[in-house]
Amino acid sequence: MEISEAKSQFPIFSKKINGKQLVYLDSSNSAQKPLSVIKSLDNFYKNEFSNIGRSIHTLSVNATNKFEETRMSVKKFINASSKDEIIFTKNATESINLVAATFGQQHIKKGDEILITELEHHSNYIPWHYLRVNKGAIIKFAPINDDGDILIDKFKELITPKTKIIALTHLSNVTGTIVPIKEIVEIAKKKNIPVLVDGCQSAPHIKIDVKDLDCDFYAISCHKVYGPTGVGVLYAKKKWLETLPPYLGGGGMISEVKKDKVTYAPLPEKYEAGTMPTAEVVAFNESIKFMQSIGIENIIKHENELTNYALEKMKKINSVNIIGNPKNKAGVISFTIKGIHPHDISTIVDEEGVAIRAGHHCCQILHERLNLPATARASIGIYNTKEDIDILCKAIENCRKVFELK
Amino acid sequence: MDLKELYQDIILEHGKSPRNFGKCEKYTHEAKGHNPLCGDKVQIFLNLNKDKEVENLTFEGSGCAISMASTSIMTELVKGKSLKVAKKIVFDFLDMIKNTQQIKSEELDEDQKIKIMSLSGVKQYPMRVKCATLAWHTLSSAMLKKKEEVNTETIDS
Repeated sequence: MEISEAKSQFPIFSKKINGKQLVYLDSSNSAQKPLSVIKSLDNFYKNEFSNIGRSIHTLSVNATNKFEETRMSVKKFINASSKDEIIFTKNATESINLVAATFGQQHIKKGDEILITELEHHSNYIPWHYLRVNKGAIIKFAPINDDGDILIDKFKELITPKTKIIALTHLSNVTGTIVPIKEIVEIAKKKNIPVLVDGCQSAPHIKIDVKDLDCDFYAISCHKVYGPTGVGVLYAKKKWLETLPPYLGGGGMISEVKKDKVTYAPLPEKYEAGTMPTAEVVAFNESIKFMQSIGIENIIKHENELTNYALEKMKKINSVNIIGNPKNKAGVISFTIKGIHPHDISTIVDEEGVAIRAGHHCCQILHERLNLPATARASIGIYNTKEDIDILCKAIENCRKVFELK
Repeated sequence: MDLKELYQDIILEHGKSPRNFGKCEKYTHEAKGHNPLCGDKVQIFLNLNKDKEVENLTFEGSGCAISMASTSIMTELVKGKSLKVAKKIVFDFLDMIKNTQQIKSEELDEDQKIKIMSLSGVKQYPMRVKCATLAWHTLSSAMLKKKEEVNTETIDS
């Protein structure tokens, strides 16, 4: 499929918002869904619904097969070595919590250090904070510069013999910084420290190859990858999943249950307790197929062009300040307008049908570092066009008009 | 919905140049308020004299035009009132934002009523109601000498 046809695949764009055509620039928050994903959910519930795993009947066998087909697709999508390395969770938040809890239980003791960065979303900080509270771990924040790039030299200095794990984002949801994960993993490997990558923002926008990155853990939220809500992915190297303790306990994750002894299911079921979001996992396969039908290289090219177009145009508007200027930037553009609070910006552009986000974007540490209480954020997706950017810029001009800025 | 109903001139003017901004030298009551969704913060300082009148009322903080204007207008209108009347005005304001277009307070003159009612447009924007009410809840907390910070996520509107 040509990228120019992508937008037509999303039914939501036929809706009017405040009487205007929808300009959706909040994909970093959550992406819209193509018709194939919506149809899959509808079809599964109408014609194919059953729980997966244990039952012998036809519906269950077929549902299980479809569920496992998505696992295979995810494996290929991120180039994992085995399907057993793909665990379905609720979202990336749960994926990171799973690692923090199980890795923490086995490997973290008082005084051990966890190295994260100032760029992190709360979901890649709070799970580690629990280990600080419960185990006496120390959390260190690798600093960034004003451009939004991690200072690699400072990062190296923060690694000590007590550093037990490094956790960091692949793509900042505020500055759009693409973090050089490969370089960081190489540094970590020399000291034998595992690396968890928060891939929430990167998965829909850049090529993911976990073998090439050589990271130990990779977390994804499927709703940001044009998929349904309620599904996340945790990629983890097999050696970790085999040796770490289980996370949630319950049905499906056990092998044998006795009054005095419990053994656990093999991978990946060991980490998939209880009834899974079956229809949603099945539908997520359509999201991957959709992205593959366009081609990740074409997606990257399209979104880069749009990002550059938007940056150039926005910078020309008086009193607009773009947050960060990283070496490698994806389509996440946070900005402020001198004299107008981001919440007022968001309300005013919404009148023009433009959906952006305003606030701290779950990154209070980063906003504190940048000395900003809040920012407005326009984030680009597969369906955005130059016309969308033009409408955004016009809406920003309207903010200046409403606030009577010179 | 016309944006000008939300961003009336009086709101923009108070938002740009808030009255009674800064910590006053002498105060008997104070309280902090926080809207964790957007990061708006406000701190209220209230000085009550021996006749139980609000002798001074000032604030510090940062936020959007709606929250700054609402706080500024609040300090103007409540200053000089008795504690009892001040509580009544807060109650009536919150009632106006939630339920009506008009402010009921008989203690306010016509000009003051027009000023306070400029904020009622916020009703059309459910996500913005908390911007307008944060300072008023915080003032209420100060008057009641409550210790904990006001958090818009744990109060009703």
